[in-house]
Amino acid sequence: MEMMSGAAMVVRALKDVGVKHVFGYPGGAVLDIYDALYAQEDVQHVLVRHEQAAAHMADGYARATGQTGTVLVTSGPGATNTLTGIATAYMDSIPMVILSGQVPSVHIGEDAFQETDMVGCSRPIVKHSFLVKRAIDIPDAIAKAYYIANTGRPGPVVVDLPKDIVNIQESHPYQFPDKVQMRSYNPTIKGHMGQIKKALKALLEAKRPVLYVGGGAIACDASSLVTELAEKLHLPVTNTLMGLGAFPGDHEQCIGMLGMHGTLEANKTMHNADCILALGARFDDRVTNNVDKFCPHATIIHVDIDPASISKTINAHIPVVGSVKSVLTQFFEQMHEINDTERKEQLADWWEQIASWRTRKCLSYAGSNELIKPQQVIESLYRHTQGDAYVSSDVGQHQMFAALYYPFAKPRRWINSGGLGTMGFGLPAAMGVQFAHPDAVVCCVTGDGSIQMNIQELSTCMQYGLPVKVISLNNRALGMVRQWQDMIYKGRHSHSYMDSLPDFVKLAESYGHVGIKVEKPEELEDAMARCFALKDKLVFMDIAVDQNEHVYPMQIKYGAMDDMRLSKTERT
Amino acid sequence: MRRIISVLMENEPGALSRIIGLFSQRGYNVDSLCVAPIEDSSLSRLTITTAGDDKVIEQITKQVNKLIDVLKISDLTDGQHVERELMLIKVGTRSDSVRDEVKRTVDIFRGQVVDITPRNYTIEVTGTSDKLDAFIHTMSQTAEIVELSRTGVCGLSRGEKSMRQ
Repeated sequence: MEMMSGAAMVVRALKDVGVKHVFGYPGGAVLDIYDALYAQEDVQHVLVRHEQAAAHMADGYARATGQTGTVLVTSGPGATNTLTGIATAYMDSIPMVILSGQVPSVHIGEDAFQETDMVGCSRPIVKHSFLVKRAIDIPDAIAKAYYIANTGRPGPVVVDLPKDIVNIQESHPYQFPDKVQMRSYNPTIKGHMGQIKKALKALLEAKRPVLYVGGGAIACDASSLVTELAEKLHLPVTNTLMGLGAFPGDHEQCIGMLGMHGTLEANKTMHNADCILALGARFDDRVTNNVDKFCPHATIIHVDIDPASISKTINAHIPVVGSVKSVLTQFFEQMHEINDTERKEQLADWWEQIASWRTRKCLSYAGSNELIKPQQVIESLYRHTQGDAYVSSDVGQHQMFAALYYPFAKPRRWINSGGLGTMGFGLPAAMGVQFAHPDAVVCCVTGDGSIQMNIQELSTCMQYGLPVKVISLNNRALGMVRQWQDMIYKGRHSHSYMDSLPDFVKLAESYGHVGIKVEKPEELEDAMARCFALKDKLVFMDIAVDQNEHVYPMQIKYGAMDDMRLSKTERT
Repeated sequence: MRRIISVLMENEPGALSRIIGLFSQRGYNVDSLCVAPIEDSSLSRLTITTAGDDKVIEQITKQVNKLIDVLKISDLTDGQHVERELMLIKVGTRSDSVRDEVKRTVDIFRGQVVDITPRNYTIEVTGTSDKLDAFIHTMSQTAEIVELSRTGVCGLSRGEKSMRQ
């Protein structure tokens, strides 16, 4: 058996798992591991400027590829700085492994320098965690961590490594397990055949069916099956914020995103449906609005790999536990030949109804000759990237504009913090995506508030030559907060404005990048063209947009799904 | 509604804190908790009494079951079951008459006096939680209760069923 130090084992185990990139920041407790990284070329380490960003980069990397993202940080502040990133990944079920240094075993519990109980701190926001006690357990713990992170419902896993067990002066036998088996962890992948037959029957008999597709369909790479099912059965499809791209946004059967800022047609279709097939979606409060008024006529079929997601907020009439991919495959096995003409006939009235909701054109907005509209920026971005870019976003109005006005045709292209709503996510996530796809066009749609929460990573971009395109919708305000204050707090803009913004162009330039300021509508197209012509450069687009624009449609609180404001003056 | 939930889990450091943390994180009640390793010392069995409607209990069982360390969970109150709780209770016995009455009560409740000093008795009583409540109530009318400690409920389902199957 090969002999090596604990630190070497960590790096070797990462290689054996297939890790290509590690996002991290060194410090006292992990210096041995960093020394082991120095001596090899299999695993590339990316030095960030703040540990939170390391977690978001690993997260973006995972979302864009489906592969587990990896983070390496030191004990204490290094570890706690990752917590927001871990919580972000946990809420969106993103596979991630966080290797954190820990003080030497003998000092644990003594309030030693840079000691925090990382396993304890992260416990409510991880799928699982390990505190490794012996060097020989390192390969097993790492193998298990990656297995747990990326099977079943994916999620982040913490591996806490006390400094004494990674000591480079000691040698231990290294053996990487051939196969990981855990008696207490066996996620259900295949659906129950009885339930599948019931679900299929309900779906085929429904007169007003709808497919409600969430991030779970992307996590298990089931997009093509979702599309196949929708096309075969002529179903209208709505994607959740996390599910954008699971079904092509530019497909004629796509009725757009649903929920708080969903389209009128998506929310109307849901509310009036007699059968909802939920695929890897979790009936989040940002979707359902008032649960007591939620879709009163619908038989709800809920397919999810996590049994705890089923009937958590909305009772499922036909629950199916399993991965969307397996369950849809089973659906097709059970489905008889569908007569296309008859099927179309069966849903003709329903589609006619949906068409009438569509005529409202709920995403239309009034343009202006004076001010750039945020919607217009996203539409321009869509054109200049042929709708085929990887787009990360931060959190706020710009996030909703991007979600609504950039119809993603493919899965894993839309990278956003849906569940936790983490400002500061966008830039590092885009960087993670760029590491995974060095030749792809990667944009970060952000705002003047969010970008400043992790702007230090512009430095990392320079170090690694990442040509991320930062599309900043600068409205000199915390737009979404301001919107709520306009709507609910009589326009009292308590601490939602920013009267001391930096000159973002100069800031970008000082980091060695290109900055472009856009202030007038007529400058926008040219500026976008210049931005995307600079293929090898990071370009920071500081775009002054209308401060008073609100995101619409918007659900009305305590109402049903389809109780919505359509503009500042109109409601359903 | 009161429920008794039994959990079979890996006997590992941190496993218990994950379960307890989950209860507090998701706002579930813990009325009592009893945990110890079983005959296979790599496993622990934990019994929690909690309260909630069917929807809450369903979520509790699903969420607990989702923890990686948990092998199996079952709601004992779903079917026929046996439940017991053990209590040690120290009462003041300052006179012969109190001593006599205490002894009589202990006998009626099929308890045992396990320690004696000139000033008090320590008594062991086993039974359902209701029985222990009744014992405390009865005893408090006879003697001063110095202190007590209860284990929390542990239980098994009746008949052939087993969590290890």
